[in-house]
Amino acid sequence: MNEESQQEFSLELLRSGDRAELARLVDVHSTKIYRLGLKMLSNPQDAEDVLQNTFLKAIQALPKFEGRSTISTWLYRIAVNESLMLIRRRKPEFDFASKVEGEEDDEILLTQFSDWCCLPESELVSSEAQKYLDKAIQELSEKLRVVFLLRDIEKLSITETSEALNISESAVKTRLLRARLQLREMLSKYYGERLNAEKTG
Amino acid sequence: MKKHLNCGALLESLSEYVDGVLGDALCAEIESHVADCDDCRVVVDTLKKTIYLYHETSEKTEIPIDVRTRLFHRLNLDDFIQEKKQV
Repeated sequence: MNEESQQEFSLELLRSGDRAELARLVDVHSTKIYRLGLKMLSNPQDAEDVLQNTFLKAIQALPKFEGRSTISTWLYRIAVNESLMLIRRRKPEFDFASKVEGEEDDEILLTQFSDWCCLPESELVSSEAQKYLDKAIQELSEKLRVVFLLRDIEKLSITETSEALNISESAVKTRLLRARLQLREMLSKYYGERLNAEKTG
Repeated sequence: MKKHLNCGALLESLSEYVDGVLGDALCAEIESHVADCDDCRVVVDTLKKTIYLYHETSEKTEIPIDVRTRLFHRLNLDDFIQEKKQV
């Protein structure tokens, strides 16, 4: 998906300040950046700040952009930094690069084994379920959440995720597995109850 | 329940497995394990579904029109606000 954006946009035009090309860039990427901000910060106003600051900083930095990563990955990287800055403002002790205690070494516990895959689609994506999905993702630590968002929601590759976050690919993989399994546990609790209700009801 | 692969070993390769990037040999081992181990089968299936649900439902989130308008204004691109959105 990202090779296309590299070919699609003329870096030369963007660097020269071509406004039509810039408007095109903004329209292609704004939804993704807004969505990332919204899921990182869970607040529409913060998401809008992330969105605006990401493009303002990108425009400033365009002359220095060397094209080593795709424009898309580069924009995600700026957006992640903007999101983390807002998080740090609220939680000054937050340190993205350090390991979270137990995050990467502890054994992963699996406790939920209800097979809720067979629930009807209407139940899986009901508006109540949607609220639960949003709530569950907010329960993840920021470090795990951002990896899940980039990899599984925005569908960046492991390499692109590692470039966007400036962490190693092995850290991406470890955090991704943790994030996925934690969400699976939470969803299993929620949908498991629905499954029981359906059986007894 | 335990053949060549135990449940813990499956966990290590789980992400690669659900992403479809695991080598054929390990894939076959996982498949033979989950055929016998119901808990692991459920973990694999519900994990795939978890990822699928998050991706599917997130696709619906679009930038609100007023947020787009303010963004274009902030970037001094007011004259492009009316242009048709490209997705």
